[in-house]
Amino acid sequence: MTNHQDRAPGMDVDLLQGSTSPWRGLLLAQESWVALSILVLGLIVSFIAPTFASAGNLLNVFQNACFIGIMALGMTPVIISGGIDISVGSILGMCAVTLGIVLNADMPLAVGIIATLAMGIACGVFNGAIISYLQLPPFIVTLATLSIGRSLALVLTNNEVFYEFGQATASIIALGGGYTFGFPNVVYALIIGVIILHILLTMTRWGRYLYAIGGNESAARLAGIPVDFIKISAYAFSGLMVAITAIFLVGWLGAVTNSIGTGYELQVIASTVIGGASLNGGFGSALGAAIGAILVEVIRNALLIAGVNPFWQGTFVGCFILAAVLLERIRSLRR
Amino acid sequence: MTVLARLEHIVKDFGAVRALDDVTLDINHGEVLGLMGDNGAGKSTLVKTIAGNFQPTSGSYSLDGQPVHFSGPAEARRHGIEVVYQDLAICDNLTAAANVFLGREMMKRVGPFKVLDHKGMNRRANEIFKELKSETRPAALVNRMSGGQRQAVAIARTRLSESKIVLMDEPTAAISVRQVAEVLALIRRMKDQGLSVILISHRMPDVFEVCDRVVVMRRGRKVADKPIAQSSPEEVTGLITGAIQSA
Repeated sequence: MTNHQDRAPGMDVDLLQGSTSPWRGLLLAQESWVALSILVLGLIVSFIAPTFASAGNLLNVFQNACFIGIMALGMTPVIISGGIDISVGSILGMCAVTLGIVLNADMPLAVGIIATLAMGIACGVFNGAIISYLQLPPFIVTLATLSIGRSLALVLTNNEVFYEFGQATASIIALGGGYTFGFPNVVYALIIGVIILHILLTMTRWGRYLYAIGGNESAARLAGIPVDFIKISAYAFSGLMVAITAIFLVGWLGAVTNSIGTGYELQVIASTVIGGASLNGGFGSALGAAIGAILVEVIRNALLIAGVNPFWQGTFVGCFILAAVLLERIRSLRR
Repeated sequence: MTVLARLEHIVKDFGAVRALDDVTLDINHGEVLGLMGDNGAGKSTLVKTIAGNFQPTSGSYSLDGQPVHFSGPAEARRHGIEVVYQDLAICDNLTAAANVFLGREMMKRVGPFKVLDHKGMNRRANEIFKELKSETRPAALVNRMSGGQRQAVAIARTRLSESKIVLMDEPTAAISVRQVAEVLALIRRMKDQGLSVILISHRMPDVFEVCDRVVVMRRGRKVADKPIAQSSPEEVTGLITGAIQSA
C-alpha cells in the first residue's frame, strides 16, 4: 500500500463509513461466483433440456435446496468457529423421530414442534459440551454422535415408520408441504433464516466472537471471550436449525422413517464450503450457505433432467467442492 | 521520576525450582525499562508476576504505594497493567478495529436490541492509531498488514482503557528491520503519553535505542539495574552470560 493511495481523497471517509463487516467484500466475491455458476449451469441445461427452466421444476429445485439450505445455515456458525458438525444427518433423524412419536401419541402440533426443537438443541449442546469441555476434536466427537444418533433413532422407533400424526396430521402436512403466496412454506423459512443469521453474524457480539474464535482461539481467550460458551451455542444453533428442517421435512414427506437424513451431512457441509466458509475457521456467511445449497441442488437436478446417469451426481458435486476450496486458496494467497 | 510499581523481595517457586529469587524492582512513571536475560533467566516469570498471571510465593507488590494481590490478568488489567503478547494475540481474519475492541466491543441501541457499533469502533480505533502516529486503517483486515501495523493494533488495545504499565514481550522478534523502527517509534510515543513500558527483548540495539534503564536477569536473580547511559552492550552481554557477575 503506497502513501499515494493512503492519501487518496475520500479514502478514509469511505473506509470509516463503509458498512459494517470486513469480510463482506471477500465473501461477496465467493457468493457472486457461486451465483454465476448457478446461472451458467442453468442456461446450459435449459438448452439441452427445456423442462429444466419450467416454473414447476425451478420451484421444485428451490424447495429441495431449502431443506439442505436451512441445515447449512446451522452449519455456518460451527464452521466459522473452526469446528465441524458431521452429526447433522443423525440429529435430523432424532428430531424427526421425536416429532413422529409425539404426534403419533395424538399431541397437538405445538407440543410436537417444541419437543422437536428441544431435541435438536439438546443434541447440539451435547456435541458442543463434549468438544469444549473435554477438548476433543469436533470431527471425531460428531462422528461418534452421528453413529449414536442414528442408532438411537432405530431404537426409539423399533424400525417402525410413522405416518399417523393424530390430531396434528392435517396441520403438519399443511406446514411442511403447503404453499403461501405461491411459494412452499419452507422457502420462507430459509429466507427468514438467512436474514436472522446474517444479522447475528454481522451485528452481534455472538457473531463477532465466532469469527474471533475461528481466527485465533487463544487470542479470543486472552481477550476474555467466553470461548466454551460461544462454541456450545454454535453447535446448539446447528441443532436448532436441523430441528426446524426436520419439522418441514416430515410435513413434506408425510411420514417419518428412521433413515431420514442419512447422508445429509455431506451435502450440508458441501453447501457451506461452496458458499465460502473456510474449514480452517474464521470465514463464512449466511447468504453463502444458502446459495451453496441452491448450487448443489441445481447440479443434482440439472444432471437428472439432462438425462445424465445419476451415478455421476457425486462426481459433479465433488468437483464443485474442489473448485470452491481452490477459489478460497487463491483468494487467501492474494490477501 | 516517581515510583509507579514497586516489587520487593519477590520469590517465585515452581516446586523445587526457584524461578525468581529475591527480586526487588521499581517501575517509574513514564519510563521505558528494558528487561534482558537469557532463556530461563526469569524474565517471563517476572513479567507474568507483574501482569497477575502468577502470584509470588513471597515478597510484596505495590502500585502507587498500595499493596496489590492480583488473582489473575483480568484484575491486573483493571489496575491499568496491560500486556502485549509475543504472538500478538490477534485474529487475522478480523479488521484492525475489531481486534482493538475484541472482548470490549462498543454497542449501540437499535430499537430493543443492542448491536455492534462498527462506525463508533472504527472512529475510536482511528483516533488511537493517529495518536500512535501509525498508518493503520481501522477497517482493513489484519492479515494484510505489516508486522509494524500489527504491533500498532496490539498496542492500540492497551490504549482503550486507562493503562499505566504496558508489558511488551519480544515485540521485535519476528519482524523486518524497517518494521522494528516502526515499533520502537510506537514505544517512544507511549512514553511521551506518560506510560511506563517494560520491554522484554533479546535484541541489544533495540534496548539501547529506546530504553531509559536496563535490568538484567540471570538464574532468577536481578544482576543489574542501571540507567542505559551508564551501561554498554558489552557489559549487558557479559551480565547475561555470567562473564560479569553483577553491575
